[in-house]
Amino acid sequence: MSKRLFAIVSVLILASFVLAACGPSTPAYTCTDKIGCVTIKPGDPIHIAWALVVAGPNETLGVDSRNGIEIAIDDAGGKILGHAVKFDGQDTGCSAEGGQAAGAKLAADPTIIAVIGTSCSSEARVAEPLFSKAGFVTVSPSNTAPDLTEAGNANNYPGYLRTAHNDKVQGAKAAEFAWNVLGVKVAATINDGSLYADKLQQVFADNFKQLGGTITTQLAVDPAQTDMSSVLADIASGKPELIYFPIFLPAGPLIIQQAKKTPGLENTKLMGADGLFSPDVPKGAGDDVEGFMVSSPLVTGAAYDAFVQKYTTKFGKAPISIFHAHAYDAFNMVKAAIEKVAVQQPDGTIIIPRQALRDAMYATSGFQGLTGVLTCTPTGDCANPTIGVYEYHKGQYPPTLIFPTK
Amino acid sequence: MLRNLRQRATLTDIVVWGIGIFIGIMLIIGFYRAIFVPPYNAKYTYFTWADLIVKGLALGGVYALIAMGYTLVYGILRMINFAHSEVFMSGPFTAVFLANALANAGYYEKNPLLSLILVAALSITVSMTVAILLERVAYRPLRTAPRLVPLITAIGASFFLIYTFRGLYGSGIFAYPTIPALQGSWTLFGVFELYKTQVVVITFAVIMMFILFYIVQWTKIGKAMRAVSEDKEAAALMGIDVDRIIVFTFALGGASAGAAGILYALQFPVVNAFIGFVPGLKAFTAAVLGGIGSVPGAFLGAMILGVLESLGPNLFLDPLRINNPSQLKDAIAFLILVFILIFRPSGILGERMTQTKV
Repeated sequence: MSKRLFAIVSVLILASFVLAACGPSTPAYTCTDKIGCVTIKPGDPIHIAWALVVAGPNETLGVDSRNGIEIAIDDAGGKILGHAVKFDGQDTGCSAEGGQAAGAKLAADPTIIAVIGTSCSSEARVAEPLFSKAGFVTVSPSNTAPDLTEAGNANNYPGYLRTAHNDKVQGAKAAEFAWNVLGVKVAATINDGSLYADKLQQVFADNFKQLGGTITTQLAVDPAQTDMSSVLADIASGKPELIYFPIFLPAGPLIIQQAKKTPGLENTKLMGADGLFSPDVPKGAGDDVEGFMVSSPLVTGAAYDAFVQKYTTKFGKAPISIFHAHAYDAFNMVKAAIEKVAVQQPDGTIIIPRQALRDAMYATSGFQGLTGVLTCTPTGDCANPTIGVYEYHKGQYPPTLIFPTK
Repeated sequence: MLRNLRQRATLTDIVVWGIGIFIGIMLIIGFYRAIFVPPYNAKYTYFTWADLIVKGLALGGVYALIAMGYTLVYGILRMINFAHSEVFMSGPFTAVFLANALANAGYYEKNPLLSLILVAALSITVSMTVAILLERVAYRPLRTAPRLVPLITAIGASFFLIYTFRGLYGSGIFAYPTIPALQGSWTLFGVFELYKTQVVVITFAVIMMFILFYIVQWTKIGKAMRAVSEDKEAAALMGIDVDRIIVFTFALGGASAGAAGILYALQFPVVNAFIGFVPGLKAFTAAVLGGIGSVPGAFLGAMILGVLESLGPNLFLDPLRINNPSQLKDAIAFLILVFILIFRPSGILGERMTQTKV
C-alpha cells in the first residue's frame, strides 16, 4: 500500500471518530420496558389499528364502531403528541376464523401500538392471545362475554380492556325486565354457540331462576342455520311466555319470522340483545318484527347528542348500530394513556413503552367519556353501563326505548 | 355357502354394515321412544308432527327444483355441476332488489300475484343466464377432457360466482319484503294450522315438477335430450344438434333453480351471496338419493330428505338425549348421502343402465 493511500485512509478514520463524537449530545433513551418499546421518529405516524367486523351479515356492528373512532381521530385533530395517527385494520367477520386471520395479520406488524377491537367475543377469544403476545393494548368497544375480563380465567389476557358493558350486567337487567316489567314467569333461551350468546343466555337464565322464574329449555342453533322449525317445535312443547335469544344476524330475524309460524309460539314474546340491534333486523324479519325487544346499552347526555350530530354530518346518516360511543371512548382512553407514558425526545422522536402503556390503561380512573365516567378494573372492565330495553316496530329503525321509561 | 360368503365379504364391508346396522338400531330406538315412551311421547302433539311434515315438504319442494339441475346435467353430460348451488343463489339474490322496489311502490299489497310473478321471472332469467354462461365458458371447452377436469372447474366456477355476486351486491344481508296476502294461516279441523306460505311453496314446487317432467318426457326437445343422454354420437348422427340440447338442459336446470330460489326466499326471506352452498349440497344429496339422472327420482328424493331433515332432530335425536339436535340437521342429510353411496349407489329410482352407458 502506498504511503499516500495510507495517509488518506487514516485521515478518513480519524475524521469519522471526530464526527461521531459531534453526534447527538443527549444520551440515547434505553428501553427498559418489560415487553419493549415503540420508537416513533419525527414525521412518522402513531399506528393504531382496528379489528372489527366490517363485512358480512354483521357489518353494521363494526362499521359503526369504526365510524366512532374516526370521529374521535377528527376531534383530536388527527394527531397524538404532534404525530399523525395512522388508522387501518382488518375485518374479523364476527367469527372465530375471522378473528384468527385478522389477529395473525395485525400481530405481525410491530408498528402497531394499540388495537381497537374486536367486535364479537368469539373473535376476541382467538385474536386476543396474539395481540397480547405482540405487546399491544387492546380495547374492545363491543365484546361483552364475561370471561374476557374475569380474573384468573384463561380467556383474560394481559393488555385487554373494554369499554363495552359486561354481560353479567346485561343478562341480569334483561331477566329483571322480563320478570318485573313483562310479568313473564316461564322462559326459554336459544344461543348460537358463540361465546357471547352462550354466556349471555346463561346469565339471563341464572338470574331469571333466582327471581323465581322457570326456564323450560336452553337450546343452541347453528349461526348459519336457516330452518329453525325443529328447535322452535322443541321450545313450543314447553309453552314458554318468552324466548330470549341473544344471537346475531342472519339467524336472529329468521327465528323471529319462523316463531310466528310455529304452532303455540304465535303470541310468545321474543327478546334478543345488543347483537340484534341493527337496521337489518326489521328488514330481515319484515312485519313479524312487531313487538320484538332487545336489551342494549343506553347512552345519553349533551356530549353524546353533539357526537351524534357530528356522526350524522360526517357519514350522512344517524348511527347504524350501538357501539360507536364506546369506540369513541376507547380511542380517547388510548390517546390519554399514550400522552401520559410517551417519552419525548428533543428532536420530536417519541418512545412508547408498551408495558407502561398497559399499566396506564388499567389505571384509568374517572375518565370522562361519552358513555359516562369510566374507571377500569385490574382485569380491564372499564364500562359504566346503563342498559335499556328497546322495542321494534315494523319498518322502523331505530327501535323505541321502552325501559327505563323516562 | 358360508365359506363362499366369508370369501366375498371383506373386513371393510363388515365394518360398514356394522355401522349401518348400529345407526339403524339407534334410529328405531329413538323413534320408539318418541312415540311410546314417556316423557318423550308427551312432548309433542300430533299437530306438531304434522306441522313439521308440512314444513319438511315445503323444504323438499325447494330441494327438488334445485336437484333438477343436477340430475338433468348429470343425465346428459355425466358430470356433477357443483356450481349449480351458485346458479340457485344468483336468482333470488338479484330479484331481491326488484321485490323491494315493488314493495316500496306499494305494489306488493295491491297486486301480490303479479308482483310475485315478476320477481320470479327475474330470478328465473338471471339463474338461467348464469347457467348458460357457465356451460359456455367453463364446461364446453372441457367437454372432451377427462371427467375429473370439469369437476374441478365446477368448484372453481362456484367460488368465482359467489365472490362475483358478493362484489356486485356487497357482503351484507338483504331481505325479501313480507307479502301481506301470504301472511297467516288456514285452520284445519279447528286445530291444525296450515301456514299459507308453505301451501303456496308446495303447490308451486309440484306444478313446476310436472312442467319439467312433461318437457323431458313428452316434448320433442325432451325426446332429443333423452336421446343425447343415451348416446351422444348416435344422436348427432340422427340429426340432433348436441350443443343446442346441452345448452337447453343447462337453461332448464337454471330456470328451475331460479324458481326454487323464489320458493326458498318465501320461507327464509334473508339472502346473501352464501345462501347457495348448503341447499345446493342438500339438493345434490336428494338427487343421489332419488337416483341421479332421474326426474321423478329427484322429486322423491328431495321430498324424503326434506321431511327426514325436518322431523329428524325431534323424532330421532332428541329422544336419544342428544344435545341441541337441531344443529345436527345437516348431519342427517349428509349421513343419508354417505349411506346411499355405500349401500345403493344407484338411488331409490336408480336409472336402468343401457348397454352403452355401462
